[in-house]
Amino acid sequence: MATEKVTSANFETLVLKNPLPVVVDFWAEWCGPCRAVGPILEEISDEYGTKVKIVKLNTDEEPALAMKYGVSSIPTMSVFQGGEVVKNIIGAKPKPVLLRELEEFIK
Amino acid sequence: MSESSDAIREVVIVGSGPAGYTAAIYASRAQLSPLLYEGSVTAGGALMNTTEVENFPGFRKGIMGPELMEEMRNQALRFDTEIVTDDIVSMDLRGEIKSVTDGSGKVTQARSVVLAMGSAYKEIGLENEKRLSGRGVSWCATCDGFFFRDQEIAVVGGGDSAMEEANFLTKFASKVTVVHRRDSLRASKIMVDRAKANPKIEFLWNTEVIDVLGSEKMTGLKLRNTVTGGESTKDFTGLFVAIGHLPRSELVKDQVELDNEGYVKVEGRSTKTNLKGVFACGDLVDHTYRQAITAAGSGCQAALDAERFLQGH
Repeated sequence: MATEKVTSANFETLVLKNPLPVVVDFWAEWCGPCRAVGPILEEISDEYGTKVKIVKLNTDEEPALAMKYGVSSIPTMSVFQGGEVVKNIIGAKPKPVLLRELEEFIK
Repeated sequence: MSESSDAIREVVIVGSGPAGYTAAIYASRAQLSPLLYEGSVTAGGALMNTTEVENFPGFRKGIMGPELMEEMRNQALRFDTEIVTDDIVSMDLRGEIKSVTDGSGKVTQARSVVLAMGSAYKEIGLENEKRLSGRGVSWCATCDGFFFRDQEIAVVGGGDSAMEEANFLTKFASKVTVVHRRDSLRASKIMVDRAKANPKIEFLWNTEVIDVLGSEKMTGLKLRNTVTGGESTKDFTGLFVAIGHLPRSELVKDQVELDNEGYVKVEGRSTKTNLKGVFACGDLVDHTYRQAITAAGSGCQAALDAERFLQGH
């Protein structure tokens, strides 16, 4: 399934209370590496959507959430489980590398 | 899981950026139907993370780095380059027929290969630099500057990219301190003058970063004076590392001859490597100039060298 957009309005239900592990992709329009990794996250969401939920958070629109989670580089892909950040992946990475980083959540 | 495509290609280009795209423009106009692997997340190369390019001839008003790359890419497509947005993960370059394997396991065979993998950011090499990356430590001012609004940050480095980052970061930060090991900069005069004239930029000369401080987030730097050896700490919430680049030659290091610093060695003024039919261009071979225009120029040379090599067969 496609990735979903997350905002402060649905962050709690979509991310914090989600029974699945959730990858929050902190990104922005003007960030080249974010645009490069975007399609890869779409593919991973299509292939592993039943195991992991992937959502996109625009840091321009939601600066408070980005600040709350200490994001200072984008893309940052934070994995949430049970409402807590359990892993941060910093920077655009090729698909095989991302899959390896996410292995414990999608196996 | 690997599958081979039936046809043997004339030329495969590995890597994009000005070198790879220019090689593709020339090779496609020479009707070699090149296949170009532009990289899954590195497509467009180093210029994708820059802002305005003011020194590329033909653009007197300047052009944004990503836009320049988009133009070159489209120009390559216009003449029938096949572009794949994936990485090459292994290469066998030794035989007469070369083979390259991409991230999905697909194998392509070719009579010639142009290497244009470019370079990657150099790290200072501190343990805490890695641990706090994305928590204050960054390699991309255009990506991350926004998160340091009204904060005091540091840029380490003394070249053009350090000056460009420092200038760019003053849009956001309240103060930018350039930390440099020596007492003079190797950056070009126009970039140095611009940085020195910027009231938000301060210089810390003869100083090196020896540790990055902070538990969850970066809070400061431990510094050492390179002349006196004296150590000190200073508060910063961000560190942008711009101390140069390392050639991305890892994939070919066991086959292609490299110099001491890992750059691919080429023969004289050509782009020929030690292997027949394998050519290298761009930042992968260039210690010295490292400009968009010189990379483009060497990409052109590589395509012409490949074309001549193929005609000789």
